[in-house]
Amino acid sequence: MTIQFNDETFRDDYSFRNSPWAIKRFPFPFHEDSYMYSVNMEQHRGGPAGSVFEKRFDVDEHYISEMRDRAIVLAEDPLRCQSLPHMTLAGWDLLELIMVSKSEDYPDLFQLYRDGNRWRWVNKPLGIDDSFTFMDETTLPHGPMEYITRQTQGDFAVLDQRDDNLWMDAGMITTQADWSLDFDIGMNFFEWHAPVPLAHEMGIFKRALKFLMNVQQGAPARRLNWTMTVNPLLDTSPENYHKWGIQKTELTAENIGAKQHLRVELQTFYRLPRSNALVFPIRCYLIAFQDLVTMPKWGRRLHRVIRDLPEELATYKGFIANRPLMLEYLSRFDDGLPTSPGVWADLETEPPLQK
Amino acid sequence: MSKFQFPQSIASRPVYGTLAPRPGKAHLMMADAEGAEALLDLAAQAGARDSGLMAKAHILYLPRQTGEAFVDRLRALNPAQFYVGPSFDAALPRLRRVLSDAHMGLQVYLAGTEGLIGRAAAELAAAGIPVGSVQTEHRGSVARRMQCVHCKGITEDVITDPFVCAHCGLNLFVRDHYSRRLAAFQGVCIDAEDPGNVPEPVELYR
Amino acid sequence: MSAAPQKAKAGAEKIDVVVSAVVPINELVTRFEFQRPDGAPFPPFSAGAHTVVEMKDKGRTRLNPYSLMSDPADAGTYAISVRRDDQGRGGSLYLHRHVKPGDRLTITYPVNLFPVDLRGRKHVFLAGGIGITPFLAMIAQLETLGARWELHYSVRNEALGTYADQLTARHPGKVHVYYDDRKQAIPLGDLLDGQPLGTHVYVCGPKGMIDWVHRTAADHGWPDAHVHSEEFLAPQPGKPFEVRLCKSDMTILVGENESLLEAMERCGVEAPFLCRGGACGQCETDVVEHDGTFIHRDHWLEEDQQASGTKIMPCVSRFVGKALVLDR
Repeated sequence: MTIQFNDETFRDDYSFRNSPWAIKRFPFPFHEDSYMYSVNMEQHRGGPAGSVFEKRFDVDEHYISEMRDRAIVLAEDPLRCQSLPHMTLAGWDLLELIMVSKSEDYPDLFQLYRDGNRWRWVNKPLGIDDSFTFMDETTLPHGPMEYITRQTQGDFAVLDQRDDNLWMDAGMITTQADWSLDFDIGMNFFEWHAPVPLAHEMGIFKRALKFLMNVQQGAPARRLNWTMTVNPLLDTSPENYHKWGIQKTELTAENIGAKQHLRVELQTFYRLPRSNALVFPIRCYLIAFQDLVTMPKWGRRLHRVIRDLPEELATYKGFIANRPLMLEYLSRFDDGLPTSPGVWADLETEPPLQK
Repeated sequence: MSKFQFPQSIASRPVYGTLAPRPGKAHLMMADAEGAEALLDLAAQAGARDSGLMAKAHILYLPRQTGEAFVDRLRALNPAQFYVGPSFDAALPRLRRVLSDAHMGLQVYLAGTEGLIGRAAAELAAAGIPVGSVQTEHRGSVARRMQCVHCKGITEDVITDPFVCAHCGLNLFVRDHYSRRLAAFQGVCIDAEDPGNVPEPVELYR
Repeated sequence: MSAAPQKAKAGAEKIDVVVSAVVPINELVTRFEFQRPDGAPFPPFSAGAHTVVEMKDKGRTRLNPYSLMSDPADAGTYAISVRRDDQGRGGSLYLHRHVKPGDRLTITYPVNLFPVDLRGRKHVFLAGGIGITPFLAMIAQLETLGARWELHYSVRNEALGTYADQLTARHPGKVHVYYDDRKQAIPLGDLLDGQPLGTHVYVCGPKGMIDWVHRTAADHGWPDAHVHSEEFLAPQPGKPFEVRLCKSDMTILVGENESLLEAMERCGVEAPFLCRGGACGQCETDVVEHDGTFIHRDHWLEEDQQASGTKIMPCVSRFVGKALVLDR
């Protein structure tokens, strides 16, 4: 299908909206009525047609507006995109991966022409038509990682693999769930996850690290993660927390359906061939509570998950203060009926709300 | 007593050990204030086994508020080179010069405050010495070097939580999350969700 | 997204290849070059990577890992160099005797367990014999990147100095060859002492050489993180032994000339693997019960794990005794 790109904002007047198409394909992250950490990895080899899992790098109706928002963030704070000197090769790997994937998966939107190292990249939605020399930084307006991730939705952490660990040595991070690339760059896997509660004790990170270090070329992996955001704000950075934190206190029973958003990260993992680095794209999807509950199964389940979530996790994810308000709203969409297993909305088989 | 046992914390927070002599053709020792005591202990340990250690050592020492208390005793160890300086920034050109023609196998010993250990370790890492191979021992003040995550300014010797950023003036709370690259802990606005509601500052570890 | 994550597949993804050239280098070593049947480019790879070559030898499947020695920038051809091992289990003999240009083979995607540390200010390569192969790719990659490197290469004699002449001619001043029959040896101690901060050392060769480099580097105050090595172990033959696989609910016999991993594969048990040489950790298996002695030969498990009797690496390790039950 042809994508109709939205003209919308993720700040100030927050004109961001999901179309019915985007609501239907939203990556709802809970496969059962409760949530706890797990190393919930699976292979990233497509998914149901039209789902966000189908393509290697999903492009949706928010593409142009998200890229505009990224450009605003970078103009205000260039430190959101950094690459330690030894990561340039990984940047070229990433540029190649994205250009090849997008031109194959969306030939009507993106085109790549290669003649040896002389490449031409056409990005129709953003109106870009650039010719450059692969592996020659002087022929691009930015470094290779920055160049291509200014044109790709989602944050990107590029991890060097050495000394039996992964090191966050490069990244483009403008839509993050409250962590700072400028602070975390250069850290190893355990260090940058240090602030996460419970999971260390559960051995989650040891198992996850082992899995990730064994992600091999040609066999990418993926998982989902989630948090909560008031207003469709992409840039929930610690850098600007003193500006946006106040918005968390503006929820009311009247506006919560429109203002409160479930924020889901589709995390994918690719081994990069020339550098042996691992790239970790973190794609953020937002959905307002009032849109989410139009899927009866999701409404029932989200209520139960939020109600039963351990206090540490609600605190870490930053919504402990708003949890009572959320539950008051969500309980209206939970009639106590059982839900089908798995993440899909199952609109055809799940009963409508019985109250 | 200059030793302090830090409470157990998260994975990014540095932990410190006790300096011990290691074999090597060259030894670089850097300390501030009470960190001198750790170097004196190191020399005493080495004395029993490796009397040549100090003859191959270069000591950079920043006495700070301890003044002359340790200077003569350190000089009496007879290191090959001995430098006493007023601040880390003053000592930095000398440290970089030493690292510029050092060779693999150089043994490094850092002792004193977290600020000194962190800044020196970051210089060493930039020069190509891996973090894990540098010996560190905490002595003296438990003050922290803090980065304001909002304005990026560094506030040295923070001793209370919360504290006021020396650059932008925001009220910041003290996290244990630590960046080796910046040699600093992270400070985050404490009253973002309730402007003006700033708790009384409490001394760290009290 | 499925509720139950899919299981990891055994081994890396596979690529069909045609043998495009078989080039004898000397009495013991032959180079095999591969291209894709449709002429398509290979995936790029990082220097130090290996591929596992699958050989159908009279109904028996042999899977041997070899370092990719070709220039990583050359996507048209992959190349490996294989030393004939007359006492080995037959993989290298099969390649030397039976594989001809035009033959079809299957290899895996590159897997790198011996990467170059790209932060290195300088890279010192120490090779012994056929251990030269990963360094050929590393040298090509570092030359492209304009990085500083030098090679110290120990060979038995001039006739067996695989690629020594070619390397010396191409990179005079950077390549140093030492001949055993002239009583020459790598001056390791002096070499280590003279390196600038940020230098990394890489060693590939016989086990004795690898141990010597690690030991000497530690004695000279080198941090462990700057000393890199890779040693593929070939599984060693041993007395046949019986294993109970409780998840698969079957009992299998491991023959004298096959590894536990190979025996599982022969019996249709899906077992994960990548390197098949005791280095990557992918095939790590829990021991449920045992009455007997393990012969651990891997580089993966810690000593205390090996001693605990709760883990085994089926690609290279064996067992002698009355009973062994595995969680597989």
